[in-house]
Parts: sequence; structure tokens; C-alpha cells
Amino acid sequence: MSISVKTFASSAEAASALSSDRTARFMGGGTLIMRAVNEGDQSFNAIVLANDPALKQVQPQGDRLIIGAGVTMAQILASRDLDFLHPVARAVGGPAIRNMATVGGNLFAEHPYGDMTAALLVLDCQVTLAGGQSSALVEFLRDRAREPRALVASVSIIRPQSGVFRFKKVSRVKPKGVSLMTIAAWVPQSGGRISGARIAYSSMGPTPMRVTAVEQALEGAALDEAGIGNALAAATSGIEPPTDSIASSWYRKEVAPVHLKRVLLER
Amino acid sequence: MSKKPLQFTLNGDSKAVFVEDGQNLLDVLRRGVGDLSPKYGCGQGTCGACTVLIDGEPHLSCLTLAETVEGRSLSSTGGLAQGADLHPLQDAFMRHFAAQCGFCSAGMLMAAKALLDRNPNPSRDEVVEAISGNICRCTGYEPIIDAILDAAQSGTGRRSA
Repeated sequence: MSISVKTFASSAEAASALSSDRTARFMGGGTLIMRAVNEGDQSFNAIVLANDPALKQVQPQGDRLIIGAGVTMAQILASRDLDFLHPVARAVGGPAIRNMATVGGNLFAEHPYGDMTAALLVLDCQVTLAGGQSSALVEFLRDRAREPRALVASVSIIRPQSGVFRFKKVSRVKPKGVSLMTIAAWVPQSGGRISGARIAYSSMGPTPMRVTAVEQALEGAALDEAGIGNALAAATSGIEPPTDSIASSWYRKEVAPVHLKRVLLER
Repeated sequence: MSKKPLQFTLNGDSKAVFVEDGQNLLDVLRRGVGDLSPKYGCGQGTCGACTVLIDGEPHLSCLTLAETVEGRSLSSTGGLAQGADLHPLQDAFMRHFAAQCGFCSAGMLMAAKALLDRNPNPSRDEVVEAISGNICRCTGYEPIIDAILDAAQSGTGRRSA
């Protein structure tokens, strides 16, 4: 297969090139696209690159943070503003992968990858494309299969207060392995009761997902073993996890409440 | 298929080659400039056998589009030894029997070098983390971890190469 590579100075020019060539794919850090090239993927024959410095920036904006799509996991680990995301970035591969893998790329990662995306889902993430269009991450993921060539410019997330955000990647290989399931939780409390919880999984479906049944069960509950009982019972409600070389669908369903409990009670 | 000129520094030496569109860096290093030290393991970013340093930071050369290293400084295991003098990390690997089949060693050594260049006195946990993207199917990792800690404790693991 012959592949052409086109490099542009701005993400707007790169987005224009993408929209005019249906055989083109945008490449950020290369961990997805070069893997596809090495595997002989015939679904694209052009790679579009953008050397836009804006893609690499992290900017505070009120109580939110704007993270450029080209920001790598290593950049996140070096950023004090993003210290709450350090456990998430550290869960993505080894040091070499983290020097390459980007936030924008993680939004397109297929099962069983996408740990960062699960975290972004509970941080009220808005995705902004190079053309300026913006959408909630939930909608972006829903449309991803239909429009896999969108060029993401940045994501906007809320900066959590201490103790509200939790994250756990469950793997059978130590210290690093592919995710059996990843859980991200946003658990704010008001008057000793949970109010407005957001829970997300990755590796439990074709894309990372919000788990609304658990969120509803947590509303108004106390954050203790008795209070989260209904949420644990709903841990896989309406979810049919995939079977792969890491775990069967049955196993994922069996262990999901155990790990959800550990995340919620920080054990 | 078009070819593009590419220049970079490899282990201190200037290199100039023509690369094909879409060609990965590992292929350019092995076939283009003849450095056979980085290994092709999985081609998927899983094994770490192709790890090289780009401007001092570890990268997977099999997942790096070659033309993106234009003007950059690369280091591979092929540049660690000075003639017959092994790099202290290589020496420690040999003394601790940290290489059995040896296929992972090139990547392990570069992951370890990146760690010791940045952190000359790492803890055991930091060593484990540094090589967490590199797979070894022979040693069980313990001799590799011991070798890296030994090179660090001897104070010579930081020697630039």
C-alpha cells in the first residue's frame, strides 16, 4: 500500500485536508495510526499531520481547563495544573508510550484502550473540533464510529475539588497491562449525601461509557457500604461487556461491583 | 511511492537518508542506516524492543513516523559501548545475567538509560515503572531490575553515550 504524508502548520489546514480526502487519517502521537500502518490497514492511504503549537497547550479557563488534543500523557504528568489526572496518565502504557500517546488520540482508541477517555467522561468533558464545533464527549463517542476522521483541537474539563474525583484501572498484569475494566468516578457530596455523581467505565463496551444506572442509584445515598448497595447491584445494568483475551463478558460482570465498591469507598 | 530526504543525529553521528512516506523509524534505523540494535518485536507498541531515545526521551521507533525525527538527536543501544568498553548498564546486565535470549535487551537498556539520565538514584519501584513498557519473556524481570539498580548504585549509570 502506498501512503502519502501531508504536514500542515495549522490544525485548520489539516482539518481542511482531512475533509477533502476521505482516505486520509489524522495522526497525533502515532500510537494508533502507525500501529495500523504496521498491520497493513488498507482503510486509509494518507496521513495528515499538524505542527500547530495550540494542540500542545494546557490553559486554565475559570474553573475549567482546556487541554490541547496533542498534549501527551508525559506532558500531563509534568503539569501541576493537571495533578488530578496524574494517576490516569500513569495508567497509560510505559514511559515510551506516554511520550507519544495524546489526549486527542485516546478519544479514538478502540477497546480495550481508552482509560483517559473514561476519566474525561466524568469531568464534564466538552470536545472542540478544529472547525470550532463543540459537543459533549458522550455525544462525540456516540458519533465516533460514523465520523472517525474528525480532527479534535482540544478538550475542556472541569477542575475537580479535592476528593471528588476517583480513578482505577484494573489489570491482570502488574505493574502494567491492558485494562480488564477501568472506572472513573465523580462523587460530590452535599450534607453527607451524594449529589450529581458521574460514573464511567472503559473496557466494558465498544467505547468508554457513562453508567447512568449507577449514577441514579447513588443520587442521595450516603457514601458508605450500606449507602452504595443499590449502586453496586446496578453496576452492570444494561451493559453487555465484551469477551476478549483479557477476560470473558461473564467475568467482567462478576468483578465489576467489587472494583466499583473499591473506587467509591477508596479502598 | 515518493521518497523524502531525512537528516538526524544517531549516537552523535549525522545521518542523511531517503525515507518512504509512512515508513516507521525502526525500519529506517535498521534498513536505512544499518543500526540493527533496536529490534522489531510486535510492531504494535506492546513489547518495547524497539525503544530508542529521541532528544533523550524514550520512544517506540516502530510507532514513530520516520519523517517526524527531522533534525532531532537519537540514541540507540548501538551507541552505548565505546569500542570494546561496555556501557556500565551493559556491564551490569552481563554481571546480573539480565539477558537470556537478549531480544528485549536493546529496549530495556534504552528505557533504563532514560531513567538513569533523569534520575541517577532511582528506587526499585521507579525502575519497575521505567521498564513497565518493555516485555521480557526469559528472565522474570528480577535480574534486569537488579542490574539497573546496580548500575545506578555504582554511580556510573548516568554516563552519556
